[in-house]
Amino acid sequence: MTPKIQLIGVKKSFGSKVVLDGIDLVIAPRTSMVIIGGSGTGKSVTIKSILGIIRPDEGTILVDGVDITHINGAARDKLLKKFGMLFQGGALFDSLPVWENVAFGLIQGRGMKKKQARDIAIQKLAKVGLTADVAELYPVELSGGMQKRVGLARAIAADPEIIFFDEPTTGLDPIMADVINDLIVSTVKDVGATALSITHDMASARKISDHIAMLYGGKIIWTGPTAEIDHSGNPYVDQFIHGRADGPIKMAVKA
Amino acid sequence: MNVFAAIGRAVLTLLAEIGRLASFTGRSVAAIFSPPVYGRLIGQQMMSIGYFSLPVVGLTALCIGAVLALQIYLGGNRYGAEAIVPQIVVLGITRELGPVIAGLMVAGRVAAAIAAEIGTMKVTEQIDALTTLATNPIKYLVVPRLVAAVIVMPLLTVIGDTIGVYGGYLVATENLGFTGSTYLKNTVDFATHQDIVSGLIKAAVFGFIIALMGCYNGFNSRGGAQGVGNATTAAVVSSSILILAADFILTAMLFHTS
Repeated sequence: MTPKIQLIGVKKSFGSKVVLDGIDLVIAPRTSMVIIGGSGTGKSVTIKSILGIIRPDEGTILVDGVDITHINGAARDKLLKKFGMLFQGGALFDSLPVWENVAFGLIQGRGMKKKQARDIAIQKLAKVGLTADVAELYPVELSGGMQKRVGLARAIAADPEIIFFDEPTTGLDPIMADVINDLIVSTVKDVGATALSITHDMASARKISDHIAMLYGGKIIWTGPTAEIDHSGNPYVDQFIHGRADGPIKMAVKA
Repeated sequence: MNVFAAIGRAVLTLLAEIGRLASFTGRSVAAIFSPPVYGRLIGQQMMSIGYFSLPVVGLTALCIGAVLALQIYLGGNRYGAEAIVPQIVVLGITRELGPVIAGLMVAGRVAAAIAAEIGTMKVTEQIDALTTLATNPIKYLVVPRLVAAVIVMPLLTVIGDTIGVYGGYLVATENLGFTGSTYLKNTVDFATHQDIVSGLIKAAVFGFIIALMGCYNGFNSRGGAQGVGNATTAAVVSSSILILAADFILTAMLFHTS
């Protein structure tokens, strides 16, 4: 079966700083992959490379078997319609009310009529546990957890084939984090999407993933089914998932 | 430290910046002429760039017109040429001070606001979010501001010109002993179409510069609140300098003085 997303030898440097040093990753259709790794290891850069927001220096990125590494213009617009993304800080448009945020991709990206898009937005908000009266509020009036839910509703509004989650539980209390995890699992299943998430929250990673990949030193150093993460036999993975300060990964305490 | 290396690095940085700006300008202008057109957004921007700039442009134009009349009277007095006040006021306002003052005032107000808004959107990933929602950020954010600024700046300048001439009229009739009807007649008889139109062409170009520098600096801001602050400052400074440079070039082109 053709992988939904495939990265082959993707490299990216910013100035003299090598962030991605040859990433190889395969994500099968309708599965959920989570990339774990410390802060600043290039997890976000990986997702932004697939979206084309960042252009990799080397390597190939395939979506549905098609090389999308250098596409532009109309082909790129078409490709972007396959994607949805939940941003770490929500990235909601603060000039627009909640429902227009959720309906944005439908109205602006796909030219849907406002009334119809609004009905869909209300449905999607209900899916993430928000009532219709939230729809008229502005993002600044919402709590962090509610902003995440609106962000999630926006990510799934256009029924994307692929959904990216950037640190979905960061900054939430443990209970709200678990609520969001549940929502991610159920919405991804509902839509029948392929999911790629990045996180350093292991509880979240275990819950929302079928497969886990660990990013360290610009490379994927381990990948496998979620159930096997505790028996990886990889000292880097062991140190990370148990959150130990001592081990092969040395944190640069001084910059 | 090697002096030549430092100079070389500065030159390369400058050339890279010019290249980035040129590429950004090219993409923005190309986006103006390709669908979709966001008419509602252009309207909103015309309100915030044009309508809300009226008080500051009107007030500065009034003061400039008044002070111009006073200075010309005092200067003309040395040659016994005080009567030339209305002619020089209308010439100075329509050709130069109307568009330039409006440009600088709007640069301070609008370039800063645009850079701050887009810069904040950039650092909170809202611009990346636009991309993931199949919306081109250049078309959605830059084009409406560019188009609105190019349309409203000449309109603002027409109003500023009128108020500026009126400022001169007030001082001349109240303090300098001109009669109102003579002042107005001299103003209208002297001003040509070219004086006014050249000023409006300048204003449209200034509008383009203001919106472009606001957007460009906003899009290139990075790193939180401080980055947005730097982008805002850079937008105001660069648009002001470019307005004055463009003013000189346009004057030379429009009046064939070379």
